[in-house]
Amino acid sequence: MTSLATLAAAQGNVPAATGITAYAWLLVALPLLGAAVLLFGGRVTDAWGPYFAVAMSWAAFVVGLLIWLVMLGRPGGERAADLHLFSWVPAGSFKVDAGMLVDQLSLAFVLLVTFVGSLIHVYSLGYMAHDPDKRRFFGYLNLFVAAMLLLVLANSYLLLYVGWEGVGLASYLLIGFWSQNPSYATAGNKAFIANRVGDFGLSVAIMIMFVTFGAVDFQSVDAGASHANGAAVTAMGLMLLLGACGKSAQFPLQSWLGDAMAGPTPVSALIHAATMVTAGVYLVVRSHAIFDASPGAQLAVVIVGAITLLFGAVVGCAKDDIKKALAASTMSQIGYMMLAAGLGPVGYAFAIFHLLTHGFFKAGMFLGAGSVMHGMNDQVDMRRFGGLSTVMKVTWVTFGLGWLAIIGFPGLSGYWSKDKIIESAFVGDGWHAWVFGLAAMIGAGITAFYMSRLFFMTFQGERRWTDDVHPHESPLTMTVPMVVLAVGSALLGVAIGPTGIIQSWLEPVVGTHPEHEHTVLPALAITLLTLLLVAAGIALAWMRYWRDAVPTMAPAGSLLTQAARHDLYQDEVNEGLLMRPGIHLTRSLVFADNRGVDGAVGGLAALVGGTSSRVRRLQNGFARSYALTMLAGVVVFLGALWVIQ
Amino acid sequence: MPAVTVSFASALPAAFQATQVDYKAIAPMLVVFGGALLGVLVEAFAPRRLRYLVQVGVAVVALVVAFVVLVTVSVHDQGITLARAVVIDGPALFLQGTLLAITLLSVLTMAERFGGEGPDAFTPMGASVPGSPQEAAALRAGLATSEVFPLTLFSLGGMMLFPAAGDLLTMFIALEVLSLPLYLLCGLARRRRLLSQEAALKYFLLGAFSSAFFLFGAALLYGYSGSVYLSDIAKAVTTASGDLDGLLLPGVVLVLVGLLFKVAAVPFHSWTPDVYQGAPTPVTGFMAAATKIAAFGAILRLVYVGLEANRWDWRGGVIVVAALTMVVGSVLSVTQTDIKRLLAYSSIAHAGFVLVAVLAFDRLGVAGVLFYLVAYSFTTIAAFAIVSMVRQGGSEASHLSQWAGLGRNHPVVAFVFAFLLLAFAGIPLTSGFTAKFAAFAPALAHGGTYGVWLVVIGVLCSVITAFVYFRLIVLMYFTKPVEGVVAEQVSPLTTVAITVGTLATLVLGVVPAQVLELAKSSSLFLR
Repeated sequence: MTSLATLAAAQGNVPAATGITAYAWLLVALPLLGAAVLLFGGRVTDAWGPYFAVAMSWAAFVVGLLIWLVMLGRPGGERAADLHLFSWVPAGSFKVDAGMLVDQLSLAFVLLVTFVGSLIHVYSLGYMAHDPDKRRFFGYLNLFVAAMLLLVLANSYLLLYVGWEGVGLASYLLIGFWSQNPSYATAGNKAFIANRVGDFGLSVAIMIMFVTFGAVDFQSVDAGASHANGAAVTAMGLMLLLGACGKSAQFPLQSWLGDAMAGPTPVSALIHAATMVTAGVYLVVRSHAIFDASPGAQLAVVIVGAITLLFGAVVGCAKDDIKKALAASTMSQIGYMMLAAGLGPVGYAFAIFHLLTHGFFKAGMFLGAGSVMHGMNDQVDMRRFGGLSTVMKVTWVTFGLGWLAIIGFPGLSGYWSKDKIIESAFVGDGWHAWVFGLAAMIGAGITAFYMSRLFFMTFQGERRWTDDVHPHESPLTMTVPMVVLAVGSALLGVAIGPTGIIQSWLEPVVGTHPEHEHTVLPALAITLLTLLLVAAGIALAWMRYWRDAVPTMAPAGSLLTQAARHDLYQDEVNEGLLMRPGIHLTRSLVFADNRGVDGAVGGLAALVGGTSSRVRRLQNGFARSYALTMLAGVVVFLGALWVIQ
Repeated sequence: MPAVTVSFASALPAAFQATQVDYKAIAPMLVVFGGALLGVLVEAFAPRRLRYLVQVGVAVVALVVAFVVLVTVSVHDQGITLARAVVIDGPALFLQGTLLAITLLSVLTMAERFGGEGPDAFTPMGASVPGSPQEAAALRAGLATSEVFPLTLFSLGGMMLFPAAGDLLTMFIALEVLSLPLYLLCGLARRRRLLSQEAALKYFLLGAFSSAFFLFGAALLYGYSGSVYLSDIAKAVTTASGDLDGLLLPGVVLVLVGLLFKVAAVPFHSWTPDVYQGAPTPVTGFMAAATKIAAFGAILRLVYVGLEANRWDWRGGVIVVAALTMVVGSVLSVTQTDIKRLLAYSSIAHAGFVLVAVLAFDRLGVAGVLFYLVAYSFTTIAAFAIVSMVRQGGSEASHLSQWAGLGRNHPVVAFVFAFLLLAFAGIPLTSGFTAKFAAFAPALAHGGTYGVWLVVIGVLCSVITAFVYFRLIVLMYFTKPVEGVVAEQVSPLTTVAITVGTLATLVLGVVPAQVLELAKSSSLFLR
């Protein structure tokens, strides 16, 4: 353990941050200040609070931009910088320093989070204009941005965990923002439970790291991973994957994302599309040394990614709620990123590439969906939309660009990033390459179908509006961010994809991209086949949802459709596998807690019956049975020790 | 105290010599006991309208003076004194200092009047039958139970002696001195008095039961080693001839059981939820925080000074107890619907976490225990103080359903409580995280395979309890407020207690270095 730690210390030290980079802490501090002022400032800040929050978010973006410009001026190997903040936990030989790692990977995230985040702040000014509690909303948004930046800037798994919990907290607060609606509050609960399972994975992974390496900062773990015990590294990888699955809504912890759409739409765009849900991908890429050292864990990542991308795509085909369809699509696209991240050095850069482009086009589409809802009295049922292209021109065009980007229309962002992932999935020999390659390719076809379905049902075809709606274009605060994001959806891919910028930018962090990898099919054939499938998907959607009339009531549908509408029965499976045994365990423990049958029944009754029954039951409680347990405990304690001795 | 004389007699040389007393070392305890005795006189002679003020004043002054004496005089005068009955060393001083600080906060919460004439949590006349005309008359006459303050000081005196006891009899006496006033305090709740009296009786009966175990175990250990001094027992364990070996293990187990009862380890925990629920809330906070500190201090001394040599014989049992304590405490907290019972089960789970550190058998393990106790006790005091504030129709809103939507109407109170819950859950940047870290790290490093397993169970249980706390936070923020539930305006007394507790929780989470260092440098026992 010690030898590994010293080894880590000896290898490639990241230089301390200087110049503007030494102010990287401002990235977290500014939005945190915004959150503090708004949440503690009370009603005084009602008037100017939202603008202050927007300003703080943009200020963080400016700091990020400056750091980026300075970083550009340095050669690739010297761009990373370590910013020591303070000594956090000095527990004996084990020390944790709180610090930030400003490198190419974290800065890519910083720019995405602050830029898209700031745009969404601006959009929210319009979207939440009439909400009486919008100060609180902006406070939470700033809190989220601060936590997300802490997550990506942390230099150790421990500090990352702080940010990880922070974004989780902000996410519940925002999902449940309109908590007067009980079903919304339930949604917050569900997100919360799935995330607890994921967080558990992350915390166990950190524990294993501590046992194996004696340290939890990225440098030591990276340096130690290739020398450590294989089983330990695999366990670490799998636990990290569990954490990633919880946060990124990957199979089998994906059920919460659809329900999380209960939150206000800007929240869905920022947290549940562009940034927080991609934290799992960040975690896997950041832990690349662990995954590179453990092929087993890597394979698990690919399998999870492949399953989720198909799962999300299938679910997306059946949803009539525009936000839930987009949520399913998010899940599926993150599946692509996971798959790429699991492929190893071939895929890391593309995972991040797709993450960035997805951040733009998906956020853009969510904002578009919000704009549609804004004009349609907050309805979300696409069977009640249709023909909106004429009344909401800006929304139509910007959404259209996002749609073309996500389905991989040649030239737009999604084409460059997704095509590369599909190609990478075909790299290798044997069944792996075929299975994962085909899964990714078929997924692209289904994506084209469900996204086209969504687009056509909303903007094309006949108007199926309910009588009381009068759709109108949204105000400028909302349309301008949509336009900016649409431009990004169109151009970001071509700017950094085919030019190789993204690969060379990330190379010092995630390792060299192998040259001339061998794909089981020629690259051109893969591209053409994918485009063919995409075209087929669009055509099918056009026939069913533009050319033919869309019924306003959902038809019964095939068994698969019904299953997809129920999220492929994920909730039922969860309930059967996890909830029921849990309840039984608790009940039997309550029983064993020496209250006997009466106690168990009483305990259940008290759950529903309230205080009075509990008090009555207590006054019939028996000290003698308590004493009996103690006696039994002593006898067993002593007896067992005697027997062992 | 005939028992003491007997024990002295065995160690006595032929010619009687007066024992040396190091007054500087034991001065903090003397101040506390002196304050308690003064409180008794005040109760007897001070005019009724002044009594409350004088009692609170005496208690606060005694605690502050004791603390000052401890940090200025006693730290420089460590040693074994009073014929080896009292050992003032690093762990003892660290825990005594913590106990004084915690008790000061507890006294502040106990003194809260909520605008009434006497301490609000306590019945005006403890001796009256609940619901009787006598009680009503006492209420009309504006009587107040101000004797709770000397009782608290007496109990504190016992607690301070408990981790400093150098022999089993002193330890037993300390145990009784700390327990007897607590039994009384538990039965003095102003509202729901039957529940409160029942809690006191249960606590008393079961406490007596466990004391009997302790005493019997002490007798067996005396039989085995010929001495009640921990250091002599330790010597006997390593050098014993083997004739009386059969007495050792039962003796160890029974003494341990007596102490594990006080920290509410499973299966000796049954009293905890009932007593925590029934006792007046400030007393519950005092018990949860201070008793745990004192009892773990005693366990540490017994285990590290007296029984370390044969730990392989009995360790297995305590490992099982630790695992059970964590699992039962955290799993049962899931089904609780009463906030005080919930915190009771949570305190059971926390006792399990501390036991994990105890079982590390390393100096860092001791430091981990010391730090955990500081962190947990400050958080606990603040949490119970908030529980006593949240009310519906004048009495505490202890049912969880009444806490729904508290965040809407009382954002600050709910926020502070949520923060404290996060600390209980062990989320980073709170003291709970640093404490779990300090407790688990030595267990991983020095505890062997069992240590690793215990830590795995501990982390799993933390996740379960985190679920409970998060659910409560969700309840406070995401559900409709209940009509009539308010967080009462409190006097500066409670405000100070909550503020200090919360700040300690934050500071120990963000910059714990100094306290960790202090705990580490205080982790060496004198033998």
